[in-house]
Amino acid sequence: MGKIKFATTWLDGCSGCHMSLLDIDERILDVLSAADIVYGPLVDFKDFPQGVDVTFVEGAVSSDEDEEKIIKIRQNTKTLVSFGDCAITANIPGMRNYYPTKDIFQRAYFENADINHKTPLIGIPHLLPQTRPIHEVVTVDIFLPGCPPPADVIFFAITELLQGRIPDLTGKTRFGK
Amino acid sequence: MKKVSQIQTLVIDGKEVGGRHDETILQVARENDIFIPTLCHLDGLTEYGGCRMCIVEIKGMPRLTPSCTTLIREGMVVTTNSERIMEYRRGILALLFTERNHICSACVSNGHCELQGLALKLGLTHVEFPYIFPKMPVDATHDRFIADHNRCVLCSRCVRVCHEVEGAHTKDIMGRGITARIITDLMQDWGESKTCTGCGKCVHVCPTGALTEKGKSVAEMEKRRQFLPYLKLMRERS
Amino acid sequence: MVLEELQEIAKIENERQGQFEHTINVCVAAGCLSCGSQELLDAFKREIDKRGIEKWCNAKGVGCLGLCTAGPLVSVEPSSTIYKAVTVSDVPEIIDALTGSPVSRLACSSDMSFFKKQQKIVLENFGAIDPERIEEYIARRGYESLFAALRDMTPSSVIERIVKSGLRGRGGGGYPTGLKWTTVMKASGPQKYVICNADEGDPGAFMDRSVLESDPHRVLEGMAIAGYAVGADKGFIYVRAEYPLAIKRLKKAIAQAEQLGVLGRGIFNTTFNFEIKLRLGAGAFVCGEETALIASIEGSRGNPRPRPPYPAEHGLWGCPTLINNVETFANVPTIIRNGSDWFAGFGTEKSRGTKVFALAGRINNTGLIEVAMGTTLRDIVFDIGGGIPEGSKFKAVQTGGPSGGCITEEHLDIAVDYDSLTKLGSIMGSGGMIVMDSTSCMVDVAKFFVEFCMTESCGKCVPCRDGSAQMYHLLNKITRGQGRMQDIHLLEKLCDLIKNTSLCGLGMTMPNPVMSTMHYFKDEYLAHVIDKACPAGVCNMKSGGRQ
Repeated sequence: MGKIKFATTWLDGCSGCHMSLLDIDERILDVLSAADIVYGPLVDFKDFPQGVDVTFVEGAVSSDEDEEKIIKIRQNTKTLVSFGDCAITANIPGMRNYYPTKDIFQRAYFENADINHKTPLIGIPHLLPQTRPIHEVVTVDIFLPGCPPPADVIFFAITELLQGRIPDLTGKTRFGK
Repeated sequence: MKKVSQIQTLVIDGKEVGGRHDETILQVARENDIFIPTLCHLDGLTEYGGCRMCIVEIKGMPRLTPSCTTLIREGMVVTTNSERIMEYRRGILALLFTERNHICSACVSNGHCELQGLALKLGLTHVEFPYIFPKMPVDATHDRFIADHNRCVLCSRCVRVCHEVEGAHTKDIMGRGITARIITDLMQDWGESKTCTGCGKCVHVCPTGALTEKGKSVAEMEKRRQFLPYLKLMRERS
Repeated sequence: MVLEELQEIAKIENERQGQFEHTINVCVAAGCLSCGSQELLDAFKREIDKRGIEKWCNAKGVGCLGLCTAGPLVSVEPSSTIYKAVTVSDVPEIIDALTGSPVSRLACSSDMSFFKKQQKIVLENFGAIDPERIEEYIARRGYESLFAALRDMTPSSVIERIVKSGLRGRGGGGYPTGLKWTTVMKASGPQKYVICNADEGDPGAFMDRSVLESDPHRVLEGMAIAGYAVGADKGFIYVRAEYPLAIKRLKKAIAQAEQLGVLGRGIFNTTFNFEIKLRLGAGAFVCGEETALIASIEGSRGNPRPRPPYPAEHGLWGCPTLINNVETFANVPTIIRNGSDWFAGFGTEKSRGTKVFALAGRINNTGLIEVAMGTTLRDIVFDIGGGIPEGSKFKAVQTGGPSGGCITEEHLDIAVDYDSLTKLGSIMGSGGMIVMDSTSCMVDVAKFFVEFCMTESCGKCVPCRDGSAQMYHLLNKITRGQGRMQDIHLLEKLCDLIKNTSLCGLGMTMPNPVMSTMHYFKDEYLAHVIDKACPAGVCNMKSGGRQ
């Protein structure tokens, strides 16, 4: 049996969950002995590959780019893990949801900007009307809450998944950890 | 004139237990270390029966019953943790997370919040119902306290403690259904309240980060509730 | 007041009415009033004065005649001709016709099923008496039952008669009335109360309103008898402030009854005292729930509280309280007068007597009817109701308001009673019946009722408060063409959750309209979700909301 294809990525998040993932420290070598990291911020591949076994996705779905990305990931992933509070609850990125996007642009690019008052439109993803958790866009298999989830819990979840088991996360981590 | 209390026996989760006839299922369960999750219940306040977390099955009764308001009866057979009940509790908890904006990571009560604690305890790792994301106000007009409606679960503990224990009745509920909201006096700013004594009881009975002390940063707000059963006991004695 | 005095009043009134050869009864209940029946009544009176025929012809306002769709209605006695959609300009012609044959272009056919197939107990005085004159009620044997109860019966024998009659609560639950009365009678306490629940809030329902507007004394008498039976000396009628006419007539009726001594202290020279006070509801649907209603009378926020304890033991201000619906009380005087066997002779084995229904929606004869329990829905909709407007097809009938469900064509032959409707996933409810035809989208109908419950939820318990908002949100998505199959699954899950964990009846029954439409009209839901199409053409699937 070959190594398991493992991927990680982030959408609208702060990368804190990935930092926590790195906090598993030398145990990442154990992960690498059982899995190939085929995509993610930690490796240099441009496109999301096909036939991935496990993908950890950090961050919420905020823009049309996030939406396209998560749909593509879902199509090419066996087990999709919502990684951290932003992915599961929209969390901090979701705090813009109480305001219409035009008000947010007004605040960000006009009221709070000292120079160059204009909304950038070209070459950047368009914001969706609201930031949504991943499972409101595609089906998610496993939820790993926490802001960020503790490294030990991440390591536990990865180890279980690499051994083909569904991790039981009850009581191990919570929203806002 | 004191009424004679009768001792009644019943079975909770297969365990034979006993209690006074005027005790609730919840009380007797807790005396016997049987865990029933609660949110609106708080020792020292009247029961409310609103959060529905403490629902249990009673043999022979078709409906689920809140254990906080149901008195024990001789021969009752109670189940507190069947898979069906746990599923309903998770559903109710999930609904609570969707109705307002519970951003745990940015909350002063992070780590000391009963709502968050229940999610952990009941294994709620995500909410399948869509989040509503309502725009809610924050009242920071009081010198020492903040009311953040984003975090409120409408358990009414603040209303009850203010009315029943402090005797001020500064807090109440306005509006219906999903638009119901805790208000100060007749919907005035808290800082303008003429009836508020500033005792802070409401802040400390609040299960979440909805009522907090000013000057606390994320995860710094710890609530102290020991005063309540003590006050109640002292008053009963006098 | 003694029996002779009561009979004297009746005698004088009957003589007064007897001197008129012809009586013109103009409906002055809310429905007809809104299409100008007060002006019509005035016109009749003027015309009678003008012609100088007031010696043998009398025009008066009466309660609801039932066929509300064709108001203003006028009935002419003794020929019992009913004229519909009468205008002021028709007045001379109708008076001309008193001595000849009826005005055929206005007259309802005398064998019209609407009038023929009904069985009137609660509505027996409707269209016959002036609701604002106690004498007319007394002339039709009013307050005789109260007299009989007070003078000839013990409280237990009154209750026994109600128990034997098989009367069940007409407010929706169908709880045996006699059993409730027994519980309150047995409950101990120096003070007890009787409450009449007139907080009728279901969309499309106007039964209680019509009873209060057309025959208020019947309810007062029923309450006084109940007070005697259970040992209460104070009664409250909790009526919605949105019913100003009912309130006005109730106030008048209470004042008249007190003046005659059939309410108040020492009624009929016995030691029995009974006073009735009005309490106005501020428009909250949830206050129709008994514990919320009691909280509201007490002056608190109208929130329900968990039962037990039931109001029968621990009700208004902690005292044992009997709480019944308007129609339940309205049945009581007749049961006392005619006996329990007579009453039990109507209806089905488990649902005795009759039921008043308010027919509304896509039906020809919108109006108020009373039929024996056990009448089939087909008879109600197609015979009495006159069927569906031409060119359309019957789809479903919604019973029980926001707490009820839809019943489809295949079940139309079911005999209507409490149990048969429950079996079909609906409820009897207080008696609203909304008929829907092919122009109704069932998902939209479900959304309407859920929206109603969402705005009317008190917000105390989580499943009702948040579950209703979530259900509305999902149905809104589906009717905008944005629904996913997963949403249908979530709806089902929510229905189950809300039904089983809510605090009061509002929450427990709120999923019914969704569950029953999902059961009988799953194809419509699927059409919205999969094909993004609304088969009835009601929902605008592109931009949201109704077309």
